[in-house]
Amino acid sequence: MGRYIIRRLLWAVVVLIIVSAVTFIIFYALPSADPAVLRAGRSPNPALIAHIRHVLGLDRPIYVQYWLYIKGVLLHFNFGYSYQYSLPVRSLIFQRLPATISLTVGAVIVWLLLGIPVGIISAIRPRTWMDRMTMGVSLLAISAPVYWLGLVGLFLFANDIGVVHIFDGADTYTGLTANPGRWFGSLIMPWMVLAASFAAFYARLLRANLIETMSEDYIRTARAKGLPEWRVILKHGVRSAITPIVTVLGLDIGILMGGAVLTETVFDIPGVGRLAYDGIQNADLPIIQGTVMLGAFFIVIANLIVDILYAYLDPRVRYT
Amino acid sequence: MSPLLEVEDLRVSFDTEDGVVHAVDGVSYQVDTGKTLGIVGESGSGKTVSSLTTLGLTRSRSTRISGRIVFGGRDLLTASTDELRRIRGSEIAMIFQDPLSSLHPFYKVGHQLVEAIRIHRDVSKSAARKRAMDLVELVGIPDPKRRVDQYPHEFSGGMRQRAMIAMALANEPKLLIADEPTTALDVTVQAQILALLQDLQDRLGMAIIIITHDLGVVAEITDEICVMYAGRIVEHASTDEIFDAPEHPYTWGLLTSIPRLDQQRGDDLVPISGRPPSLIQRPSGCFFHPRCPYVQKRHRTVDPPLVSLPDNGRHQVACLLEPTIRRQIWNGLKAGRDPTSLRQLAGDGYPSRAPAVASTAPRAETPEVPSSGTGGP
Repeated sequence: MGRYIIRRLLWAVVVLIIVSAVTFIIFYALPSADPAVLRAGRSPNPALIAHIRHVLGLDRPIYVQYWLYIKGVLLHFNFGYSYQYSLPVRSLIFQRLPATISLTVGAVIVWLLLGIPVGIISAIRPRTWMDRMTMGVSLLAISAPVYWLGLVGLFLFANDIGVVHIFDGADTYTGLTANPGRWFGSLIMPWMVLAASFAAFYARLLRANLIETMSEDYIRTARAKGLPEWRVILKHGVRSAITPIVTVLGLDIGILMGGAVLTETVFDIPGVGRLAYDGIQNADLPIIQGTVMLGAFFIVIANLIVDILYAYLDPRVRYT
Repeated sequence: MSPLLEVEDLRVSFDTEDGVVHAVDGVSYQVDTGKTLGIVGESGSGKTVSSLTTLGLTRSRSTRISGRIVFGGRDLLTASTDELRRIRGSEIAMIFQDPLSSLHPFYKVGHQLVEAIRIHRDVSKSAARKRAMDLVELVGIPDPKRRVDQYPHEFSGGMRQRAMIAMALANEPKLLIADEPTTALDVTVQAQILALLQDLQDRLGMAIIIITHDLGVVAEITDEICVMYAGRIVEHASTDEIFDAPEHPYTWGLLTSIPRLDQQRGDDLVPISGRPPSLIQRPSGCFFHPRCPYVQKRHRTVDPPLVSLPDNGRHQVACLLEPTIRRQIWNGLKAGRDPTSLRQLAGDGYPSRAPAVASTAPRAETPEVPSSGTGGP
């Protein structure tokens, strides 16, 4: 197991280097704008642009730029300086992480609390009106894009522009340590909106898994033992049906930790996703690189954690 | 003394999208304490459904159940779900065909045993664990201390079935229902499991119902055998009678299709041709008539009742052939003759059957060609 983890971690480093190289190449092949021109002001002259290009190091060959970048990352854990803010990318990302983590963790709790019970109830009463209704609603929730759902939510319920003023609207995010009450209030709607499609997806996935599990022979054994039905369902059925959910959950958390770009943008939450979005808007390569690397890092690590966790969840799985 | 379990005119049908499936259709049998009943039949003959119904495991909105299942003075069909639940696993226990899929893959064997004990008994975890180890030892699993902390996938097939048996015995049931307990196992292990069941019965004195498609399995350990076909019992007799003087053509078919060691290599086995009937659109008359080599005209319209033999009240059969003719045919089969050559004995059947045959069964073109001749070892 230890050797397995070390091997996977080494692979993770390789994956991250490849990801950074690909991001570099894509940015050079298809830049969202010329960073130097963007920063040259309203009446740029060629000399000024060339000067900015030189200051940013953009006049060097691409492989030299990449080499310097990777060297900084590997040797000094230095992700470069943002063109836009003239600040280290590392500290920018660390500043933004709490908001992204707040958003992700809250949304995960919401979607698990919604998705799992709904999935179980639908599975044990398939084809009843309850099942049909929840599955119908969940199909809607899966189909609704986050940016649309977010805007509808704001127009209906936001304190400022909403039809009824219930929740805090966009751009109200407050740090947890600064003001826990406002932190919670400002995140209610983003949590709901981000969690909606996940909750629906998890409910449907769990329902399908559980229906299949409940026809397994060991469920019949559990019933033949004389277990009460709720224990048959929870202890024997859900225990098996939930393992694939854990896999998906790990990956989803990994993806969202890298920044829920759409949700953060719609609600103007200063998270990593918002930072990435701004980075793309401003052709801020170091920011793009940093956020992409962060996203890739979380996904790779989430994958590893899921695989390790799986060996504990399913005793038949062993890694060597 | 009244029997431990008395099943009376049990009928179970399921509503499905294709129609009503008549899985069990008027089945009656009884088991006494310390006795073993074998229920034999092909897949889909209703043998498993009838025993799952005993445990209340077929109850659902789409199931219709009627009749009586009296166990220890209580009618299980009218018992509440909760009453049934308390009987399951304590007074009546069940083991299943495939022990790997019947044990939960994520829980240790010991944990599953402890669970079975603690549902019905108010004992501490450590006491239950102690008992689990005793049970594991009782069913002949070596090194119980280590074994209870292993997962089912770490057990061999035979050991898994032993673990299932241990779990079934956790609360000293009065009745053990074994549904194809040896089908998924190697032949040598099959014999061990059967010997174990017999030994446990001798020691614990419970009644056993063994459900199987294999007459060879039940030959040694049952006292009585019910042969089921298409949801009904077609023959019911003591094990000796079933093997020595079977009365139903289906039982004959089962017996002549078993490979035997004393058979000459190359001697043909006689398979029962055709397939089990649909339980939605059941055949007219005798349900076995489309596959019966001795069918006569009226067998296709008259439904034979299960009746006792005139000279033996404990041997029941549902067949329209005359008892004397049945005896002649069985003697012929025992002598190694082919069913085709014995058809005339059935009387008017063979000639009058000819026109109908061509359209209904492939039998006419390929009469009784055995699929294989794997006789001896």
